Amino acid sequence: MKNLMDTGLKKNAKVITCFALVLATLCPGSPPRAQQTDPWLRPAEVPAPADNLPSDARILLGRTLFFDPRVSGSGFVSCASCHNPGFGWSDGLQTALGSGFHKLPRHTPTILNAAYGTLLMWDGRKQGLEDQALGPITSPAEMDMPVGDLIERLSHIAAYQPLFDAAYPGQGVSAETIAKAIASFERTVVSQPSPFDRWRMGDASAINTEAKHGFELFTGKANCIKCHSGFNFSDGGFHNIGIGDDDPGRYGILKLPAMRGAFKTPTLRDVALHSPYMHNGSYNTLAQVIEHYNRGGVQVPNLAPEMQPLHLTQEEETDLVAFLDTLTSPRTPVAIPPLPR
Amino acid sequence: MIRIVDSLAIVRHLKSIFALLCLGLLLTAPAHAEDHIVTQKNKAFTVADANIKVGDTITFRNEDTVVHNIFSLSDPMSFDLGTYAPGETRQVAFKTMGTYLIECSIHPNMKLNVHVTN
Repeated sequence: MKNLMDTGLKKNAKVITCFALVLATLCPGSPPRAQQTDPWLRPAEVPAPADNLPSDARILLGRTLFFDPRVSGSGFVSCASCHNPGFGWSDGLQTALGSGFHKLPRHTPTILNAAYGTLLMWDGRKQGLEDQALGPITSPAEMDMPVGDLIERLSHIAAYQPLFDAAYPGQGVSAETIAKAIASFERTVVSQPSPFDRWRMGDASAINTEAKHGFELFTGKANCIKCHSGFNFSDGGFHNIGIGDDDPGRYGILKLPAMRGAFKTPTLRDVALHSPYMHNGSYNTLAQVIEHYNRGGVQVPNLAPEMQPLHLTQEEETDLVAFLDTLTSPRTPVAIPPLPR
Repeated sequence: MIRIVDSLAIVRHLKSIFALLCLGLLLTAPAHAEDHIVTQKNKAFTVADANIKVGDTITFRNEDTVVHNIFSLSDPMSFDLGTYAPGETRQVAFKTMGTYLIECSIHPNMKLNVHVTN
């Protein structure tokens, strides 16, 4: 038998931009770990593909498109209608509203830290931000704007032309430049240092005793870390956590038995801001979410083995919620750019 | 007397046939089929690439703390090992040449390229 060891990695097609890591300012005392080595702290660099490296011009164009309702067929709905910065880049609804205000089957996921993901959407059907950007726009059930119509509409708005020229010189208005620009803006929607982060960087008073105990439970008895791991509190993976509805989830994309009813692990960054919770928005509060896990979920055939009754006390459940609340970034206003005429 | 002679001839023929069969098996069987171990740990494969021979097997060993579901939808051969827990193993025989992309359905960042040659 031979144990294969890695002697050389295949080069990834995407080139990850390298920015200099900013060392955390350490408070007096003994910091548990430096920012660049603490797996619970977001890295300073945000990944971007080699053919769409970020620039001020690209981010400006993307921000403008993201907030422009004219990208929808109705001219009334923008990306920000569902990915509302005021609601943690979700919409505060149980499930999204689509074209004609018809209810869609799934809760709007936040776009916070989506830049760090590989597969996007609850069922992972999109591979990266560029791939995802035009999906909701062109979907008849959502923004109902065929891509040809979108290009024509934007091409007839004079003040958009210099924005496209600055962002993607010589490439004009196209599906590719529209998607790339939106993705460039979305790469700026990342979590900021929260009380939890300040605690990890050495400020012992940044979070209270209950939250610290909640983190111990999160990484121990409550078993959350099995899926909600790393700085983004998500393994980017797909699990059936026993919600008990008939949505096939990832199985609709990848026809493997293990994927029946499996959905992507969402980030817990700013989780207190983007309720309701779960793929169908079935829980309004974090306390209800914790109770779901404490029960071990609904006993469905494909339930993830990690889903077991936790036997948490009421105090432990409260402490877990206290910890989750510490993952909230400072809330700052988000400016809507002037829209081109 | 004639029957005894016939019987001896039959035995000699059987021996020849048996020898030919053994030679045929030796010629068609893989010369040195190996089993290779690929470990899953920290939601990753411990290697990114593997070069093996036709007929070799790979034993996927879960040394992680979570369940994995290793599969491949590659043209030479598709397979789904189902979910298996920490401490468990699953084995796959690669009988067809080609390149296989092997993944975990639960953890999509896990990728292993297996190159199978003669």
